[in-house]
Amino acid sequence: MFFSVSLYIALSIFVLGLFWKISTWFRYTVGPGAREIKTSQRLFAAIKGIIVTILSPKILTLLKVFVLDVLFQRRIFVESRLRWAMHMYIYGGFMLLLLMHAFEDFITLTLFPDYASTLNPFLFLRTLFGVMVMVGLGISVYRRHILKIPRLMNNAMDHYMVIILAIIMVSGFLLEGTKVVSHTSYQEMVEDWSDVDDEESFKALESYWVEKFGVVSPDLEGPFDAEILAQGRDLHEMNCEACHSRPQWAFISYGVAKIVSPLAVSLDKAGVPTILWSLHFLACFVGLAYLPFSRMFHILAGPLSLLANAVMDRERSDPANIATRQVMELDACTHCGTCSLQCSVGVLFEQIQNENILPSEKLASVKRFTANRIAKEKDIKRIQEGLYLCTNCYNCTLVCPVGINLQDLWFNVRETFIQDGHPEVFALSTLSFYRGLRRDELDDKDYEKPLQLASQTMAEEFGLFDSQDTPIDLGSLDNSFKKDLRTSAQGSTFSFCFTCTTCTSACPVACNYDNPPEALGLTPHQIVRATAVGLPDLIFRSKMLWTCLGCYQCQEACPQGVRVTDILYALKNMAIRRVKEKT
Amino acid sequence: MDFAIQRCCVTPIYLKSYNSSTDAVLRALDIGLVDIKEFNCCGYPLKDIDLKAHVLASARNLCLAEKRNLDVMTFCNCCYESLREAKHLLGEDESIKRDINEKLMKEGLEYGGTTEVRHLLEVLYNDVGLEALKEKVVMSFKGLKIAVHYGCHILRPRQLVQFDDPGTARVFDQLVEITGAEIIPWEAQLDCCGAPVWGIDDDLSMDLTQKKTKDARQSGADYLCVACAYCQVQFDRVQKMLLSRRGEDKGLPSILFTQLLGLSLGIDSEALGIDQNELDARGITHFLSHEESPTQSYGSSTP
Repeated sequence: MFFSVSLYIALSIFVLGLFWKISTWFRYTVGPGAREIKTSQRLFAAIKGIIVTILSPKILTLLKVFVLDVLFQRRIFVESRLRWAMHMYIYGGFMLLLLMHAFEDFITLTLFPDYASTLNPFLFLRTLFGVMVMVGLGISVYRRHILKIPRLMNNAMDHYMVIILAIIMVSGFLLEGTKVVSHTSYQEMVEDWSDVDDEESFKALESYWVEKFGVVSPDLEGPFDAEILAQGRDLHEMNCEACHSRPQWAFISYGVAKIVSPLAVSLDKAGVPTILWSLHFLACFVGLAYLPFSRMFHILAGPLSLLANAVMDRERSDPANIATRQVMELDACTHCGTCSLQCSVGVLFEQIQNENILPSEKLASVKRFTANRIAKEKDIKRIQEGLYLCTNCYNCTLVCPVGINLQDLWFNVRETFIQDGHPEVFALSTLSFYRGLRRDELDDKDYEKPLQLASQTMAEEFGLFDSQDTPIDLGSLDNSFKKDLRTSAQGSTFSFCFTCTTCTSACPVACNYDNPPEALGLTPHQIVRATAVGLPDLIFRSKMLWTCLGCYQCQEACPQGVRVTDILYALKNMAIRRVKEKT
Repeated sequence: MDFAIQRCCVTPIYLKSYNSSTDAVLRALDIGLVDIKEFNCCGYPLKDIDLKAHVLASARNLCLAEKRNLDVMTFCNCCYESLREAKHLLGEDESIKRDINEKLMKEGLEYGGTTEVRHLLEVLYNDVGLEALKEKVVMSFKGLKIAVHYGCHILRPRQLVQFDDPGTARVFDQLVEITGAEIIPWEAQLDCCGAPVWGIDDDLSMDLTQKKTKDARQSGADYLCVACAYCQVQFDRVQKMLLSRRGEDKGLPSILFTQLLGLSLGIDSEALGIDQNELDARGITHFLSHEESPTQSYGSSTP
């Protein structure tokens, strides 16, 4: 009764959760383009897309990906053999237990009419599969907690997955172990399955089971007479052997049985096997009910992501389907951390403390943002910073074991933030090169936006003497800024400058304009001069600083050995640091 | 001769042909490339933001190569300058070195400074040598006029890169001449390609690119030749965008040096990714003619 009620409750939560989760794939949006597509449009596009794909030669690609990537887990195999073994043990062991043991009434009994859970090979296999899962979990704990891989993050969901699986497995082994020794279980079996009826036979059979099967009886204790045991064996062969193998085959549980046997009688009296049984199935039901909401959901979303990405691409696929796929991909992530370990700028996390630099953490943040669970400007800024700190090298996408196209995800989410008007000063750095390469995918108006916002931020933050008519107040000169520059060998060379303007004449940027001061605010020699005077605001908001190519023509030309380009780099660093500190 | 190769971040999507052509050419020249899986970005794009972040990224790669007793080779000028700058700073500034090592220690790395940073051109010129290269050439270009673009960061800052004299550089020219191509002098040769501000100020970037391509074309060049990932993306992909945005029909296609050399070594143009260039460069093969007495054949050295 309790079993059925809790099963049905868990099943209902699971089914409702599944529907709710899948509905979010069509309701949530990633990227500004997706906002314009209605849920119904996305649903129809998905149905159409699936049907068209299945009826096309692409079905062969899908089959190949299903076998190699979904079943065989090729992508993890290539990445790391240890992790492949870990995942195969957990996923293989658990699936086999699910099919053979949890669904025994539906599957195993249909295939093998003589099936009994206590009979070999099933008795042995159940232990073997359980051991596989435990070994897999062991590798996982070893990798996440003992190896101490830098930048591999653990979160509550990772712990939950390991803990719930461990509870299911351990409670199963303990349950089986306590049942081996349980006298009550033994008696139930005798009543249900044997036709033993006289007192002497009962005693003989029980003696045999105490001796050979590990049962702990409150009344009988070895050593027994050989004669009684022989009689017991005959009875056993007649009544029990057909559906009960020796418990030693369940080698883990038998070990448990041996350990608990001194306490067996009291455990049995206290009803411990029943408690363990409840714990075992309740843990399974909790796992089932919570599955759609946990990272375990990757069991479904992961294969779908692999299959979808195998047959979709940015240029040809329906934008409605890409919108749906991108939300689904957020559910496919297993937080395995492969992307973060292979990230081209992952090491930056040691210098710039923002976990959103790491793709795995960025994805988790994007997932919360997409579900409207991030509202604070501060948090959005951190995600956006992480989105900008990316060289678009494609590594994360190439290595993702569930085939998530992370690159496109970053691009679209970044555009969302940009269109929503969140400024990011990193837009003024070479990191914008990559966005430039995709400019044909964007409206010209949208394209300029982050640059305008970033320049605006600079102008607002560094607004001193913003009109040529304002006299410069000597009290506002910033000497700490000069001190900052002097700390580096390159920076300190600004004091050698005697304003000969050679740097400006050599500068390809300055030479590009008829009236450089008007177009650029300051020219290179003016920047060096403003540094010596202590006018950072003039420098930080000048266009010259942010359009410096870093080509080193000025530095090469300087007769005084002023490291002009290096100074400009140092000034850019300083401006960005000041803005970041303030906001 | 083995090197750990630093491949530039723009190559996996935007310039696959630089990877494939470099692999093919170096294989033909018996130079081994080791791809260290843990390598990260050289740090160049981070220079604008945080010098230390740039040095940290470079230092990590240098350490990873050091652990394997390898020098680092790169085919990108920006990676080259960036790695050399980091190496210089780490050698010069004890406090930076300490700080960086503290961070790298977490993953069992420590910067010692024994790894050298080499550019592909420099390895070809100094380690392989012009004579040895000439011997391997089986096809020569006839009547092909090339405008050689060195790129900023292979020449400047002079004290750091020490590749060739920034004002009168000849190394790249001599390497191109091996293929039989004719070098044309052009005024804008040493200017920046415009890539560093693409994405920040596209008009400026296009002005700079256009100034160069126009000058090279007017000087009689059939193709630009470059040995830097950023420069090639700029002259190829960005120039294509420029031509359509500014309504120009005459551009000047650019070819990677590894593609040019590869063709004259007899490597299949597919392996060199000639057809992957955004601005059609396939015509370059019309300038090829067999050497009169080929010393060695590499006819089928496709990967």
